[in-house]
Amino acid sequence: MTLLEAPPKQTPSPGRLVDMFEHGLDSPICLTWELTYACNLSCVHCLSSSGRRDPRELTTEECKGVIDELQRMQVFYVNIGGGEPTVRSDFWELVDYATAHQVGVKFSTNGVKITPEVAQRLASSDYVDVQISLDGATADVNDVVRGPGSYDTAIRAMTNLSDAGFTGFKISVVCTRQNIPQLDEFKAIADRFGAQLRLTRLRPSGRGADVWDELHPTSEQQRELYDWLVANGENVLTGDSFFHLSAYGSALPGLNLCGAGRVVCLIDPIGDVYACPFAIHEEFLAGNVRSEGGFQEVWRHSELFTRLRQPQSGGACTSCQFFDSCKGGCMAAKFFTGLPLDGPDPECVRGFGETALAQRAQDQAVPKPDGDHSHRTTRAERPRTRVAIPVSISLRRPDRPPVSACAEDPLAGFSPTQSDAGHGTGCAC
Amino acid sequence: MSISPVDLDLAWDIHPQVSVRPEPFGALLYHFGTRKLSFLKDLTLLAIVRALAESTSAREACVAAGVADSDVERYRQALDTLVRSSMLVERTP
Repeated sequence: MTLLEAPPKQTPSPGRLVDMFEHGLDSPICLTWELTYACNLSCVHCLSSSGRRDPRELTTEECKGVIDELQRMQVFYVNIGGGEPTVRSDFWELVDYATAHQVGVKFSTNGVKITPEVAQRLASSDYVDVQISLDGATADVNDVVRGPGSYDTAIRAMTNLSDAGFTGFKISVVCTRQNIPQLDEFKAIADRFGAQLRLTRLRPSGRGADVWDELHPTSEQQRELYDWLVANGENVLTGDSFFHLSAYGSALPGLNLCGAGRVVCLIDPIGDVYACPFAIHEEFLAGNVRSEGGFQEVWRHSELFTRLRQPQSGGACTSCQFFDSCKGGCMAAKFFTGLPLDGPDPECVRGFGETALAQRAQDQAVPKPDGDHSHRTTRAERPRTRVAIPVSISLRRPDRPPVSACAEDPLAGFSPTQSDAGHGTGCAC
Repeated sequence: MSISPVDLDLAWDIHPQVSVRPEPFGALLYHFGTRKLSFLKDLTLLAIVRALAESTSAREACVAAGVADSDVERYRQALDTLVRSSMLVERTP
């Protein structure tokens, strides 16, 4: 009872709820499932380097098998993405199959297939939520990142959803140097469509690694973003991706912790299971749903996930006065900028990340994502160099579950209460 | 949010859109309509919630779950939290 009343302790005592989360749940609370690497766009910052379909993609029947398994494991919902998931010809079939099997669906789309008819159909289901990607409040800012015409496509999809009476769908914005001056405009767009704004962090994953230097917010903008998020509170979702900004002052709404391999994970189009949606790299690969025992075996017994559920070291950051709220930041952001995982985040608000980036050896190779599915017409193959960086995640606050993470987590926004029935303040995904 | 406290003498049910997932510590509840998550932080509370469907009142469910009289108020507060997040609804005849 009142397990979360217990004062913070360095040594976890058995029986506390938080420990159950730290040691991983028998099933994830939700997971990210990239259904395809195929995409009609070629966004410059794509986390999964999407473009071309992988011929090894899971078949319809295999996808249904995964859904059956998620149902058995009582995974409440999946965040479907890609690529552009709606370009799979069996997409709606799979959405219907999931919701008919008690697995809720939230899917991310650039809006290309959200016709008035589709919008009608989506509006009639309580079990499906939609997230439209938009990276500029104006076409000029958006289309530089997402491609010509993509702004109009997104706005048309939002209009269709709104006209169909679908309220509360999400508008998902990756915050960049170019669009942070537009935060109020994004909010106005969301209000206009009865939608909810969701801001997330630009990560140097996938093709994002190529553009991170030019696109990631300046330190002044980080401060501006933090102040804006504090002012807008829980009306704006963040997927808990900005916990490294908590060192500016009070913690932002959300749990502000990394749940990779503990309460969240990623399944990619060919069935590979990764600990973190932002780290498609062999260092974070736990197994494949096609292997014996399927997803459940990977989730419960893979060597990597077992390791991630062990107590972690905070390393160089532990002595920082802000470690308690920042926890050293994002594992994926560090990994793909070549920084040690137990050191500062590259966007550390105290500037330690910049120092660490400057101190990287000149000849040090930065880890690249394992798969480049970019359209060959638009992107050249990138050199594949590798650095071995041991996987670990930073020390969590002992009195709080390591939930959420940058990932898509209904616990983001949850604060421990004193009652016996805890509750999230909402899905802050 | 101002909502009157749970009346233990009324019948309550788990919201039809709520899924209950047992966990070693109790259970996770997910509401597909509100897309919110809740915890049941102990097994007794889970037993009460499970017993609601066959009980004519929340008090009866507490008894069925073996709750001592002195603990009933504490569990009523927990049920309150679940009502506020729409995980439980009053049974309508």
